[in-house]
Amino acid sequence: MGALIMNASSQTAAGSRVVVTETVKANNPAATADPAGDRLSAGTTMAIEDVTLRYGDANGVLALDDVSLQVAKNEFCVIVGPSGCGKSSLLYLAAGLNDATSGSIKVDGREVIEPGPDRGMVFQSYTLFPWLTVRANIEYGPKRKGLPAEQRKRIVDQYLNEVGLAPFADHYPAQLSGGMKQRVAIARALANDPAVLLMDEPFGALDSQTRGTMQKLLLRVWERQQKTVLFVTHDIDEALVLGDRVLVMTARPGKIKAEIKVDIPRPRSMDVILEPDFIALKRRILGLLHDEIDEDH
Amino acid sequence: MAQRRTAWTRLTTPFANIPASTATTLALAMWIAVIGGWALLSYGRVVPNMFLPTPGTVLQTAYRMSLDGSLFYHTFTSAKVVILGFVVSSLIAVPLGLWMGTYRAVQAPLEPLVNFIRYLPVTSFVPLFILWIGIGIEQRIAVIFFGTFFQQLVMISDCARSVSRDLVNASYTLGTKRSEAVWHVIFPAALPAILDTLRVTMGWAWTYLVVAELVAASSGLGYISLKAMRGFQVDVIFMAIAAIGLLGLITDTAFRILRARVAPWAP
Repeated sequence: MGALIMNASSQTAAGSRVVVTETVKANNPAATADPAGDRLSAGTTMAIEDVTLRYGDANGVLALDDVSLQVAKNEFCVIVGPSGCGKSSLLYLAAGLNDATSGSIKVDGREVIEPGPDRGMVFQSYTLFPWLTVRANIEYGPKRKGLPAEQRKRIVDQYLNEVGLAPFADHYPAQLSGGMKQRVAIARALANDPAVLLMDEPFGALDSQTRGTMQKLLLRVWERQQKTVLFVTHDIDEALVLGDRVLVMTARPGKIKAEIKVDIPRPRSMDVILEPDFIALKRRILGLLHDEIDEDH
Repeated sequence: MAQRRTAWTRLTTPFANIPASTATTLALAMWIAVIGGWALLSYGRVVPNMFLPTPGTVLQTAYRMSLDGSLFYHTFTSAKVVILGFVVSSLIAVPLGLWMGTYRAVQAPLEPLVNFIRYLPVTSFVPLFILWIGIGIEQRIAVIFFGTFFQQLVMISDCARSVSRDLVNASYTLGTKRSEAVWHVIFPAALPAILDTLRVTMGWAWTYLVVAELVAASSGLGYISLKAMRGFQVDVIFMAIAAIGLLGLITDTAFRILRARVAPWAP
């Protein structure tokens, strides 16, 4: 089952940097089975091929240099990298909010040429529509799609419950805390039933306790809803707690430097960060990132 | 802890809230000081009554002109001019300003032209308007329009341009089409700022009223001021000024109420 993922990583081997593929098997007897195995056998949802992004003209800053990666259906894929490495830019390209200089991005086999509701996105900044209530924010996508009111209400109620905000349905975003706003943003993106959920450091602006709560909630929602997720963060703990696979990016120009498969059994509790397997993976990623930061100075 | 903060500390702390009653008291005190100062100068004959009427005389004049209906008549004429000029201006400036702030292709041709016209004194156009439009109410409306429209356009365009890019991006990822973004996202997001702009420019519209009425009018608050000047009726001028100020205060309050109604979500 891991073959598909291994295959994906070999495509990223182009370029001067060495690609490290690392799989750490859990020694925990309760977790002998590959937890992502069956789930990830359903094929590829997103394929990013040889994507290069250069700002301005031919002499402009090279933000992304020949990036290739694939995200399997229902996979939780995380990209970590030093700040300014272009990981957010890659997500904007996948959303269709910006055009790559070269290369192609396909979602469910269709070329990405413009933004669309099949690629839901949660941003780091708060992007709820301030003039709409929580309920109307979640309802926005289904309404654009032209779903009948009854079906919209069912969807909204389902996701309100999913993120635990039913009592706040009629509040305006300005009345919510940062964590609650991001919960609504997740519900709003999921209400469109997207093929892939793009998350650009969605918990980056939250305090560390809220961040932990949000990670737990996201995992719970993701496990129940079975979604494909591409998640960008600079927080290694967050990457390892959430992901099936962690892609480490180099400093600018961004490339995929290493792919690390996270064989930690699910469901994962927040205590997982204390386990030896977790710490081994974390040490590995820290080493990879430190190389990048050292090269910078 | 709480007791250590004296009322005085509160009043002198930057951005600190003060009790509503204190705020009202301070506002009243200001009015009393202004009117009291006026009374002192006029009743005390510090300034001759020919130049500064007493508050009592102004009130009497207002009462007299209310009785014969002339105060209402002139106020109504003035209000009609201001409101018509302002409404026509806003009806064009709001959509055009939104497009200007949203689309560079609209902004690029309009902005240099608008910024040129914006700095031309409205008064310099009055003779031209009289030649072109005559001396009817349309000429006065044109003055109000000319004074407010170009300012509104630039300010509303700025309101639209300062809408967060991520808000628009988020709407795209939720299925909004590019052509829908301006009305579905940028307009509602900019609405509180647009209403604030309208409130501020409404004030400017009132200030252009007198310019419009001083030159060519046979009724209105500006017109009776001009007539009063010729007859040394300072009390009438004072009354007209007070009436314009009161009307401004009323429209300002109306706009605040409207904003709270239309955009209850905005602070």
